[in-house]
Amino acid sequence: MFTADMLESIKKVEATRAQRMKTEPRRMAAEEKDTLLKAYHPDYRTKGFTEIGIGPNKGEKVPTELGHLLHSNSRLLGKDINLGKVDYDVDVLVIGGGGAGASAAIEAHEAGADVMIVTKLRIGDANTMMAEGGIQAADKENDSPVQHYLDAFGGGHFAAKPELLRRLVMEAPDAIRWLNQLGVMFDKDEEGNMVTTHGGGTSRKRMHACKDYSGAEIMRTLRDEVINREIPVAEFTSAVELLKDEHGQAAGAVLLNMETDDYLVARARTVIIATGGAGRLHYQDFPTSNHYGATADGLILGYRAGTPLLYQDTIQYHPTGVAYPSQIFGALVTEKVRSLGAMLVNADGEAFMHPLETRDVAAASIIRECSDRKKGVETPLGSGVWLDTPMIELLGGKGTIEKRIPAMLRMYMNYEIDMRKQPILIYPTLHYQNGGLEIEKDGSTKEISNLLVAGEAVGGIHGKNRLMGNSLLDIIVFGRNAGKAAAAKAKETKIGTLNLNHVVEYADELKAAGINSEDVSPLLLPNYTRHER
Amino acid sequence: MQEMVDVYFYGKKYSVPAELTIMTAMEYAGYTLKRGCGCRHGFCGACATIYRIKGKNELMTGLACQTQVVEGMYIASIPFFPSDKRTYDIEQIKPTEQIMMELYPEIYSCIGCNACTNACAQDLDVMQYIAYAQRGEYEKCAEESFDCIGCGCCMTRCPAGITHPMVGLLARRLTGKYIAPETEHLKKRVEEVRNGAYDELIEQIMCKPMTEMKELYNTREIEK
Repeated sequence: MFTADMLESIKKVEATRAQRMKTEPRRMAAEEKDTLLKAYHPDYRTKGFTEIGIGPNKGEKVPTELGHLLHSNSRLLGKDINLGKVDYDVDVLVIGGGGAGASAAIEAHEAGADVMIVTKLRIGDANTMMAEGGIQAADKENDSPVQHYLDAFGGGHFAAKPELLRRLVMEAPDAIRWLNQLGVMFDKDEEGNMVTTHGGGTSRKRMHACKDYSGAEIMRTLRDEVINREIPVAEFTSAVELLKDEHGQAAGAVLLNMETDDYLVARARTVIIATGGAGRLHYQDFPTSNHYGATADGLILGYRAGTPLLYQDTIQYHPTGVAYPSQIFGALVTEKVRSLGAMLVNADGEAFMHPLETRDVAAASIIRECSDRKKGVETPLGSGVWLDTPMIELLGGKGTIEKRIPAMLRMYMNYEIDMRKQPILIYPTLHYQNGGLEIEKDGSTKEISNLLVAGEAVGGIHGKNRLMGNSLLDIIVFGRNAGKAAAAKAKETKIGTLNLNHVVEYADELKAAGINSEDVSPLLLPNYTRHER
Repeated sequence: MQEMVDVYFYGKKYSVPAELTIMTAMEYAGYTLKRGCGCRHGFCGACATIYRIKGKNELMTGLACQTQVVEGMYIASIPFFPSDKRTYDIEQIKPTEQIMMELYPEIYSCIGCNACTNACAQDLDVMQYIAYAQRGEYEKCAEESFDCIGCGCCMTRCPAGITHPMVGLLARRLTGKYIAPETEHLKKRVEEVRNGAYDELIEQIMCKPMTEMKELYNTREIEK
């Protein structure tokens, strides 16, 4: 399935393999990493960014595509929505049916609240389902939450909000236990010890996994639990604006039935935004590992209502997205492939970096290899470097790939590439938004009472770069917390009369700033449809 | 010149580039997908699809996002299939043979036709994991069904009306919760955190000046 040129390059990879396996590539020094990032990481390309024109983050940098959506119009402007006709009336409204939303709903239900989920696709259609490598928690003897804190804080360029990161690492072991008690099948040895590995930037082996279906195993279990509890889920129903009452509290949302185009009104005492990421905005024209629905909807809703963003200009490009074949271009190749020993190797068969640097450093290093250094392998859609997967079988024994990363093996076998025998071609892919809506440590927003945020839509937990395995962790920790906090808050909340005044005010601000857009936001679905005329 | 193939979406003919998947070919043809499209990378099961290639009798199933188009493909997506999931309280049930009989008795009506296995988009031995479930061998059922993404291709072909993905899911939850050995080091750490064993240490590290944090991070020892 590889081209003749690629097969030639593979020979060079094979020729150096035995020698490479004898030495561990050195890790970069701090200054070296800084220089590399500034020169090659997409976050430093000024042309990929624009300035936010209005609102709490006015004047700050934002990816151009997200900036355009922030500057676009509400669907509801000039529409007469009867807010007196309430279709759903609940204590807790969860917007988003991924891991954070499902965790929040389960905990809110456990606390006795009347909770519902609305999601624009199906429950479980989320980036959670696609997380492959694992979930971090410091639960081994040689590890501690403090060590986990240090790894994540440093890996995130010392920019995480300390109180959020504290919660993440301290509640990590309990998150794993909660999942295990719900029936999630973690990889364990015969005595019940968790089989754990490194991720990029970890100093201890604390990556827990469910083969390379970690997120899928977690998501299908959470979804099953939501259904068992008979928590109402409105699928193919997207939130298009938040609702407030006369006191300025969040009080629900206007929903759109994706199939009939009818609007619906949900009234709620508390609202949790758990809408996930933004990969489908294709910043700087990168392919993405993200779900079809990852279009930053919650960021638009929250910002329009007055919630500030944090680190909205820091994006994670996963170093190892599929570069070839083109049918799966941009799909994720889990970091676990490197955890299990595969090296990053250029067209000449040289291991040009340590395989377990943090993701931003690894991505920048691969981009350097394929651009200025001209040591990439050409592909129909660009270029890439080798991930030397046959090393895994040499290090871990025959059968390791099938046992530990079956999804990867299957994905490539579909295109007649046997990663046990041949290396694979990878290039960075748009993977994660490090930034998002700013929250307090209980998950609530400071600006709008009764509004909470959980999951990838949050900014600040990871700082400016996230470590592998800390996202599956954050959706569980902060999802559960948001659910508990929202249920408690709902008990003491009375809602007044619903209004959409903030939407009109936002439109006025745009106008005053001289910003005119023909488009509406949130985007809801990416536009991939080709029309010949 | 780009190589093109003729395919048929719901019987209507379109000429599309041969390198595309069924999903991207539909978008190329002008479809805007709402149902029948999910993660686009083979993990969520949203895009179960049934097709037949002109001149061949065999009815094929697969994922639209992972299947490349070929000449003469007659394609229909299966964006929804009425599955039959039974609800239960995971805290109340136990991994006995009884529980499968109570919740999914129809698995004992399996006629052994193997249509489920033939239909599986993940190439799993579906009939085998149903057999394990019948015998109460939940660990084996869990292992055999582990890579199931719930696309439901198996269900569409089953003459006994079995909802296979839900049977596998029940077996996995039973295995994860009750059958796999408990993790002592996890239990211990959860208790330590609860008892405040790390409170002081975490407070300390949170208050450290930035220069000290950078020093700590850059010189930390990394487990081999």
